[in-house]
Amino acid sequence: MRVWKFGDNIDTDAIIPGRFLTINDSKELAAHAFEGIRDEFSKEAKQGDIIVAGSNFGCGSSREHAPLALKGAGVQMVVAKSFARIFYRNSINVGLLPVICIQASEISEKDSLVPHTGEGYLEVSGKKMPVEPVPDFLQRIIDAGGLVAYAKTIRSEDLCIK
Amino acid sequence: MAGTITEKIFSARCGQEVTAGEVVMAPISGAMIHDITGPLAIEKFYEMGGEKVFDPAKVIMLFDHQVPADSLNAAEIQKNMRLFAKEQGIHNYDIREGVCHQVTLEKGRVCPGDIVIGSDSHTCMYGAVGAFATGVGSTDMGFALRYGCLYFRVPESIRADVTGKFQKRVGAKDLILNIIKDITVDGATYKAVEFTGDTMGSMNMAGRMTCCNMAIEMGGKAGIVPPDQVTTEYLSGRCTCRDEVLVSDPDAVYTSWRTFDVSDLVPQVAVPHNVDQVVDVTDIAGTPVDQVFIGSCTNGRFEDLQEAAEVLGDKKFSDSVRVLVIPASKDEYLKALRAGIIEQFVKAGALVEAPCCGPCMGGSFGLIASGEVSFSTSNRNFKGRQGSAEGKVYLGSAATAAATAVQGEITDPREVR
Repeated sequence: MRVWKFGDNIDTDAIIPGRFLTINDSKELAAHAFEGIRDEFSKEAKQGDIIVAGSNFGCGSSREHAPLALKGAGVQMVVAKSFARIFYRNSINVGLLPVICIQASEISEKDSLVPHTGEGYLEVSGKKMPVEPVPDFLQRIIDAGGLVAYAKTIRSEDLCIK
Repeated sequence: MAGTITEKIFSARCGQEVTAGEVVMAPISGAMIHDITGPLAIEKFYEMGGEKVFDPAKVIMLFDHQVPADSLNAAEIQKNMRLFAKEQGIHNYDIREGVCHQVTLEKGRVCPGDIVIGSDSHTCMYGAVGAFATGVGSTDMGFALRYGCLYFRVPESIRADVTGKFQKRVGAKDLILNIIKDITVDGATYKAVEFTGDTMGSMNMAGRMTCCNMAIEMGGKAGIVPPDQVTTEYLSGRCTCRDEVLVSDPDAVYTSWRTFDVSDLVPQVAVPHNVDQVVDVTDIAGTPVDQVFIGSCTNGRFEDLQEAAEVLGDKKFSDSVRVLVIPASKDEYLKALRAGIIEQFVKAGALVEAPCCGPCMGGSFGLIASGEVSFSTSNRNFKGRQGSAEGKVYLGSAATAAATAVQGEITDPREVR
């Protein structure tokens, strides 16, 4: 497991540039993740890697190709000080876990990181770092593995408030 | 209970009183999909067991990001989407009409008080007519197409109260860039930005669209302008809306209340690579540019083209600059044609393209190379946004873009005679 560290305001154009948006397969998208921004990522990222970033991760375009590209690259979760709203929703919907951690900037690429997000913390080189709890409704989508799987469990009477 | 316009829209559409912070499953008044994010939305719709969309009359499809199809992949995607529209009975504007957000409003597909989603982040533009509108991803869109509703956290609101009269050649784009500078790129995350005050009241619909369009650039979930006489006049002949007037109560609660006086505002420019890196044009005047783009959902309307044409006058664009002019829609294009503006641009040396997104998202034509500089009336100046990650994008108004295109370097439009 490798930690990939990024700064503030990483936009979805940086995660996957606009010229690759005719691709809809996560593995193929992964081959262009962070192209021109951090070229070694697509070559070296492996299953289980974790992205750690600053504030406003995933700002900009609503392209779901962004979390899909990261998922395709093997990224298991993105830990950030804060997320842009659409990316946060998209990540949960496609089954990539976004974790809000106020102290994210204290994590380095040399740290070993063991997620215990269910218990509300990350283990960073042996040290506990608290993460923000997720609202119940979103937790149910996360537990289902994404919105497609969640949709299959939803009761028709829950769909709209009449 | 007192509420913001956003809370009142959610309460009205959900049929029960809701307040900011609550998560609700709300019915969708309209949904828009385009050629980039639409294919995945359709795929998710089917994965969720969808057969027929919830209401074909409430779904809008069009192609604007890669039109006419600029690659075999784009052609295949558009072919499949056409087929979906036909099977589902969805009205597909195809490649004929222009940029999705402009077309959606122009065609009267959004009413005040609606809850509208689009699989594009600039969907927040529809707040210009007093609707709650927000951008979503493809899976959310697939869910909404299937079920006709979607989960939302009712957002808190930031109020941006705008007063004063703009100087000549200063307008809505300069205002919104100035607001973003103040609120910052993530200062409105999860929140609705409500634009109020005398200046908004006297602003035309084109300017209101520019302001709401860029709410996302401060992280906003939505931008919204309370509907008034200007809104009613714009909607007249386009659509018939509900007989209800939803506006914020005087004692509604805001997380923040900002005031802006535009009287002394000078043309604003966002410098690379974040939209809140905003300076007065005078601070960077003289910066050489390689390409100028006048267009997009943010500033490709007739009013923008007209302002650019006034700055241009009988001058020529600089030989050192490639000038791309792309009207936001067929209607805006026709208005500019009739006014003689298109001929004026072409004679001055611009390349005028048919309505589409153009170079805005760097996924089609008009890209910039490494080391090149673009001055653009669009909405994002992220690294690599319009092509090479080694290029630079500056954002400003159509007036500043025209002045810049004439001089070949970033220029204060008030200085051009």
